[in-house]
Amino acid sequence: MKLIVNGTDVQVSDGINVGQLLFKRKVRLPDMVSVELNETVLQRAEFETTPLHEGDRVELLYFMGGGCGTHAV
Amino acid sequence: MSALVIPGSIYRELLDQARKQAPIEACGILGGQGDRVEVFHPMTNTDHSADHFLMEPAEQFKVVRSLRAAGQRVLAIHHSHPASPSRPSVEDIRLALTPDVLYTILSLQGPANPVLKAFAICEGIVTEHPLAIDDL
Repeated sequence: MKLIVNGTDVQVSDGINVGQLLFKRKVRLPDMVSVELNETVLQRAEFETTPLHEGDRVELLYFMGGGCGTHAV
Repeated sequence: MSALVIPGSIYRELLDQARKQAPIEACGILGGQGDRVEVFHPMTNTDHSADHFLMEPAEQFKVVRSLRAAGQRVLAIHHSHPASPSRPSVEDIRLALTPDVLYTILSLQGPANPVLKAFAICEGIVTEHPLAIDDL
């Protein structure tokens, strides 16, 4: 089936879920990724239980964070 | 290596945001094409912290979609250091996860002399990237 991932058409196996999509795309740090499915942000616990369907629009983004902390290098 | 070019008007937006939000760290996304920044999207620091920031995922998605629709992309992930130098902290490096973007840090450590620098951070290696401010 076809998905649109980060704005690009991608062919994947039928019936895969969000967690499997992250694995297939070799996402290095899946715990640090936010996922939006058809403009709805998913909770991490939903990744493995949310199936994907033909034409779904998926956005994957790494967390964007940081801070001065107390240990500047 | 081409410099990241930030128009003076956007630099002033960065400065205004950082000063208004201090002592909380301000953050946002710089978008554009090539090496030229064309837009600044201020973002919510969900940590509301003086020494940490984390962007709101829903805002991130909205901004990225908006940039894509305009033929632009994320050029830099920006934040302020209200009271420390313009250089990446250990936490900045740990959370520099997004590939192919720069990281800009605006320091207000010297309130009258703000310092904006850009960095490439790849696999934990930090390299300062040339930055030019246009039409100051």
